[in-house]
Amino acid sequence: MKRSARVAGLPILILLIGPAFVLFTMLVVVPVVQAAVYSLYRWNGMGPLVAFRGLQNFRSLAADPIFQKAFWHNILIVIVSLGIEIPMALGLALIIGRSDFKLAVFFRTFFFLPYVLSEVITGVLWQFIYHPQYGLVRAIVLFFSPGAQPPILLGDPKVTLWVIMIVIVWKYFGFHMTILIAGLQDIPQELREAARIDGASRAQVNRYIIVPLLRTTIQLSVFFSIIGSFQVFDIVWAMGKGDPVNAAETMVTYLYKFGIQRLSIGYGSAVAVTIFVICLAFSIFYQRTVAREQK
Amino acid sequence: MNKRALTIVIALVACLLAAAPAMAQKAVKISFWHLGVNEPDKSFFQGVADEYMKLHPNVTIEITMLENEAFKAKVTTLMQSGDPPDVFRTWGGGLMSEYAKAGLLRDLTKYVKGTAWGNSMASGVLGVYQYDGKQYGIPYDAGAVSIWYNKELLAKVGYKTFPASWPEMLKLVQKLKDAGITPIALGAGDKWPSHFWWSYLAIRLGGRPAFQGVLSGKGSFSDPPFVKAGQMLLDLANMKPFQDGFLAATWPDQAGVIGDGKAAFHLMGQWAPQTEVAYSVSKKGILDKEGMAAFPSVPGGKGLPTDVFGGGNGFCIGKNAPEEAVDFLRFMTNKENNMKYAATGAIIPVVKGADSAITDSNAKLVKGLVDKAGYYQLYLDQFFAPAVGGVVNDSVQTILAGTATPAEAAAAIQKAFEANK
Repeated sequence: MKRSARVAGLPILILLIGPAFVLFTMLVVVPVVQAAVYSLYRWNGMGPLVAFRGLQNFRSLAADPIFQKAFWHNILIVIVSLGIEIPMALGLALIIGRSDFKLAVFFRTFFFLPYVLSEVITGVLWQFIYHPQYGLVRAIVLFFSPGAQPPILLGDPKVTLWVIMIVIVWKYFGFHMTILIAGLQDIPQELREAARIDGASRAQVNRYIIVPLLRTTIQLSVFFSIIGSFQVFDIVWAMGKGDPVNAAETMVTYLYKFGIQRLSIGYGSAVAVTIFVICLAFSIFYQRTVAREQK
Repeated sequence: MNKRALTIVIALVACLLAAAPAMAQKAVKISFWHLGVNEPDKSFFQGVADEYMKLHPNVTIEITMLENEAFKAKVTTLMQSGDPPDVFRTWGGGLMSEYAKAGLLRDLTKYVKGTAWGNSMASGVLGVYQYDGKQYGIPYDAGAVSIWYNKELLAKVGYKTFPASWPEMLKLVQKLKDAGITPIALGAGDKWPSHFWWSYLAIRLGGRPAFQGVLSGKGSFSDPPFVKAGQMLLDLANMKPFQDGFLAATWPDQAGVIGDGKAAFHLMGQWAPQTEVAYSVSKKGILDKEGMAAFPSVPGGKGLPTDVFGGGNGFCIGKNAPEEAVDFLRFMTNKENNMKYAATGAIIPVVKGADSAITDSNAKLVKGLVDKAGYYQLYLDQFFAPAVGGVVNDSVQTILAGTATPAEAAAAIQKAFEANK
């Protein structure tokens, strides 16, 4: 029985895994290896690779204050995601994930909507909202205090990153909320009821029963959130390309600007390899430590 | 039954094979990329393509139109894939040279050297599209960056014409501010509009010798004219003359602010009036009350007031393009079509004698600037390779945002220039 399953399995394995394997190799593994090779050269993306520079690209990268700034911005986005986005998503999930909540379906859709929009559309939309001459924020400020000086948002390097952060949180909290609601639905109703009968308050039930049982789901959400934060690009790009003066630069906008736009593909590849290594190292660390505990 | 089906298939294949060579010789597709997404450019390019297809029924021209920034991004990617479009927009200079160096462009030297086509244009204008002594692009437009101002708003503070010198301009800025009018529109988010200000000041201060010094290695961007240009720009910025949020504003934003009459003037190329129309709320712009003036002179500067900073527009031919693509380009830039385009007021024609078609008075003034220019400097962000041009743009932004001193900004440009030699 066992043996025949294995024999019959081989063609099926090839059939099922084959296409995915080929695509993955072609679109992920090959480019990663290519980027690693390019990163050792000075190359403008056209013609053959000739100017070998060893690790010089990586040294320049580490020494570039703009890249350091971009890296720090990514860390800030991680902090905001973990400190604001996920707690907010969890709180909302606990409220509207309850089966006795009447408007649950409405609110689930409502909060999930921003996630459905594409990143670029989100960016363009918020650019209009923040627009210093025609924007919604300006209109609101002028409505409540006519004659006031409306705030400059995307054009002020001191606040650019923070107003973009608002958009990032707005866009992604619904996604995490949905993951968490899905996790909530796996928790048997009986546990909640039993705890209530034993005299636990609503808050106590959430604190001691629900959240600990949601742990795996929360870990997943945190994982997505951190990896996503390291790769933020579209929204930032659509809302001013990480400028003025690199105020909202992230590692990926840096890659695009200094690698692709300036025809420095070798250098850009070094940036890509660096981001890849950071994400990979984090994933392995996370799998080995946080995710291991659940087993 | 089976046999009959087979016979039919063979017959069909035979027919196709017979027809194929005849068709291959005839049908030609040309991909044509431009960035005239607004009128009148859009209609002109469509019209010229339609006309060419009518004259050559075997040719199909497929037009791709993209907005400025999108065009730059898309073409860069296409170039790196080694598959350039057949006919596509260029500004000449450094970026074009990189493409030429990589063998992605067709060498057009034999088509223009000593031919009627080549002789129809001034050699200086053609020179912007040369690399290593070879011709890689053909212009259809050559203009100048200049001041475009709203006569009505200037009249409100008692000015009939735009001041001729920089100190006088600063006085005007102050008067406009006192009157509650935003003096200058600037799309600093796109960066190249602000590099116009810095570059023009450097040209007025240092003239041709300063730039020649940089190129020959005898001078550098850290020389006084370039640092002082930054300082003068900073002094201007400290007067807060720009519209709110200018650091994140784009060129379309800048055009819109002027087109809506919400700022008094700006510094832009020959395409300014048409773009203001396109991005104004009314879609009418300020054409009837728009004035044009040369960039103000700077007292004590080594540059001449007639020196011009500017550039034009042209087309390159991709390496894989069919012969018809060159012919189409020749057709598009012949005198008749150049005049037709000039008559719309959107371009300053390059073909000799085509300027009689200019009807717009401001376009005539731009043409006057170009004709008088003893020293004509192409936009710096196009003149240099992208790795240097990008740093010029970034550095000017750091001056405006106050994150770098004029000297630091100049040093950053010099560093990039040396690293890219």
